[in-house]
Amino acid sequence: MRVIVTSTGSTIDSQMDPRFGRAEYFLIVDPDTMKTTAIDNASRHASGGAGIAAAQAIIDARVDALVTGHLGPNALNVLRDTKIALYEGVPSTVAENLNQLKAGQLKPVSASGSSYPGQGGGLGQGRRGGQL
Amino acid sequence: MRIAVLSGKGGTGKTTVAASLALVTANSQYIDCDVEEPNGFLYLTPEFSRSSVVKVRVPQIDESICTLCGACARICQFNALAVTPKRVLTFSELCHHCGACSLVCEAGAITEVDRRIGVIEADAVGFAVQGQLDVGEPVGIPILDNLKIWIDPDRTAFLDCPPGASCAVVHSLEDCDYAILVTEPTPFGLHDLEIAAELVKTMGIPAGIVLNKAGNDNSIIEIFAAEHHLPILLKIPYSRQIATDYSNGVLPVQASSEWAYLFGELAARLPGLVRG
Repeated sequence: MRVIVTSTGSTIDSQMDPRFGRAEYFLIVDPDTMKTTAIDNASRHASGGAGIAAAQAIIDARVDALVTGHLGPNALNVLRDTKIALYEGVPSTVAENLNQLKAGQLKPVSASGSSYPGQGGGLGQGRRGGQL
Repeated sequence: MRIAVLSGKGGTGKTTVAASLALVTANSQYIDCDVEEPNGFLYLTPEFSRSSVVKVRVPQIDESICTLCGACARICQFNALAVTPKRVLTFSELCHHCGACSLVCEAGAITEVDRRIGVIEADAVGFAVQGQLDVGEPVGIPILDNLKIWIDPDRTAFLDCPPGASCAVVHSLEDCDYAILVTEPTPFGLHDLEIAAELVKTMGIPAGIVLNKAGNDNSIIEIFAAEHHLPILLKIPYSRQIATDYSNGVLPVQASSEWAYLFGELAARLPGLVRG
């Protein structure tokens, strides 16, 4: 089994990043060995569609589960089209989130939240003056 | 002749200046390029009797042919496509209509279909024309492209640009003969004037300044204007009367013959300024 946790840093002791599309890193973790591989989230600076691009990266990483703080509607649409299990993380380290996942304590993602405020309503950072 | 009215900073008086000039100029047009919230109609009160829907071309996937190769999603610079194990999902509101996805689709599974993003409205004589982006649409550039079709080369067109110095402003400025930079004597006004002045200089468009909300000390703008050889074309005082009239939908040129004269004088100078 392979799990991706959105992370503010590249190690298992980093804090889980509550942002999905604009998370700093995607940490691929093997829950049995707790071995990690960090993927730099290239889409976090995208002017628009960061959640979609991040969801594509998760699919391309061929994982079984995703733990993150907040999935926007577009990202959720993409990920719901896969068999990847989606979990709401807790505000703690990546390691702690893995422990809770293994203990069956993390909640599956139910509905999507709204797009992130302050990021141009999910349509790009800074709407007026940020087009194209 | 095409005259762009821009400002950088919002709320400095672009619409006042553009609509006033259009009113006092014979054989003119007022083109509202602020497609996110056109407001010139509040003052010119045109009867929009003509309209044309603006559409863009967005990808549609034929799932029976698609091989899920992912080439379309990889080429897309705007994250408007995602490939899941089951299908290709399209997010047409993010699409910039470049057509790259259909070009790279070896299976030929992508066709481009029309999608409405807004409307152009005009009065019967084509004096007042405005673009209006539909609510929720992020990209107004195709509306600006369509707006320019309504500009009559034999008339003097005043383009009321969007605020800022974004792609939409650049797009509005293209092919303009002269730019009027509207500003106010504040640090914020100066800051955004600097950006607007640099933009028109980069684009090689001659420009002058209209100083709105002018007070006793306007040196913050006057020094910049002198240093950058930008003529101050007109000063509009910081006046309660002008603000009151404006909030009632009345432009200075409609409220007083003095202002009609001053704007008329500026309009008369424009052909000479365009030629340099």
